[in-house]
Amino acid sequence: MTAFSLDITLFAVKLGLVFFVILTLAAYLVFAERKVLAWVQDRKGPNRVGPFGLLQPLADLIKLLTKEDVVPGGADRWLFYLAPAMAAIPAILIFSVIPFGAPVNIFGRDLPLVVSDLNVGLLFFLALSSIAVYGVAIGGWASNSKYALLGGIRGLAQLISYELSMGLSLVPIVMLSHSFNLADIVAAQKTVPFIVYQPLAFIIFLLSITAECKRIPFDLPEAEGELVAGFHTEYSGMRFGLFFVGEYINIIVLGGLAATFFLGGWHGPLLPPTVWFSLKTLAVAFFFIWMRGTLPRLRYDQLMHLGWKVLTPLALVNILITGWWLALK
Amino acid sequence: MMEQTIFYILAAVAVIGTVLAITEKHPVHAILYLVTSLFSMAVIFYLLMAPLVAAFEVILYAGAIMVLFLFVIMMLDLGHPEKGMAPSWREWLPAALLSAVSIASLITVIVSRHTSAVSYPAAVPIREVARRLFQEHGLAVELVSLQLLFALVGALYLGKQSRGEGK
Repeated sequence: MTAFSLDITLFAVKLGLVFFVILTLAAYLVFAERKVLAWVQDRKGPNRVGPFGLLQPLADLIKLLTKEDVVPGGADRWLFYLAPAMAAIPAILIFSVIPFGAPVNIFGRDLPLVVSDLNVGLLFFLALSSIAVYGVAIGGWASNSKYALLGGIRGLAQLISYELSMGLSLVPIVMLSHSFNLADIVAAQKTVPFIVYQPLAFIIFLLSITAECKRIPFDLPEAEGELVAGFHTEYSGMRFGLFFVGEYINIIVLGGLAATFFLGGWHGPLLPPTVWFSLKTLAVAFFFIWMRGTLPRLRYDQLMHLGWKVLTPLALVNILITGWWLALK
Repeated sequence: MMEQTIFYILAAVAVIGTVLAITEKHPVHAILYLVTSLFSMAVIFYLLMAPLVAAFEVILYAGAIMVLFLFVIMMLDLGHPEKGMAPSWREWLPAALLSAVSIASLITVIVSRHTSAVSYPAAVPIREVARRLFQEHGLAVELVSLQLLFALVGALYLGKQSRGEGK
């Protein structure tokens, strides 16, 4: 085997492994969410399929795949077909810049545990997260349904409200680590994670990513109490499944980003780096589920108020304070 | 060779996407064609070793401006814009003049270009881009931001005025 083909093989194995782990994790996150919500609400949750209900995701998958794929009358056929993919693909792509472990040495060569070590990784994340909204908006619009359209418009308005504060909350991270590269950002947190220096930025980021993955209390594009199911009201079968899985992939990816930017990435004592990264990511995901079991849904204007009048000015002040601190240090 | 093949595919996508964005009657479809075109432009920038520009192309154009366009189109019930009146020559003329100026500048640049052996550019670090932008072109940056402020105040004024008439 030549050196080049070995590189290609290693890369392909890494890529396949990442895909497999993320998709499996997303399926089991659905299961975990149902279990945790059941505990919160003093129920048992899914426990019929397999031991402790562990095969439930598989049963759900078979159900979704065998269901009829309905297209509503008067829908924009092509866009209706494409929208679920537009929502899911950016979520998977973001993971490609997240370093999920310390570089390992295999067959005498250093293999960085990140799919693509991009020097503008942080901007790549911001770019793809703003692209992901097209799936929601176009899916809602192409369904030719009033509920879905309202959900789509809300998705767009929500993006405009949180995107700015999310970007601004990451500026102090760049100021502290002097880099847009996620591997460098993790390396800068070798001793102290950035959450210690930047608690305010962490809170702003956490609130913004909750809005980004459309979770309660910011699940306005779906809002099943008001809009039936929001932007995916008209979707059935695996197309709905793709929206659904995309949302859970998004939770994992955003959890991984929160871990990378603020919680020290894969750094941690005793345990192997990849385990630390997974633990931190799942802790953020658990926090999302916990929040869903605890909080009510915000009103539409309350989210915009929060984003524009509270989070964005706070993030700007935080940047200023960080600048002062760095200048005086 | 690989880069060239990818470049021609992307260039074709960008040109076809832009042409379709102009000819497409439906505004939502037109926006999606334009987003596709902007996306392939971003990848072309990446091929030219300018990842920063590529990221900004997607964040600002595809992710912010086009999202706002889509939002406005969905919020306003436009009815059947394709049945609207074609713009008269009075509206055509300024646009045509301005495009003539930019096309003329482009042709000038192409004609006056010194064809030298173009070496493959190395990736420009972000630090270098920032230094160039804020040290060498600091005045231009300030002027542009001032201009944006004027536009913002103007838009606010116009918006306030029309709301006052509605009451």
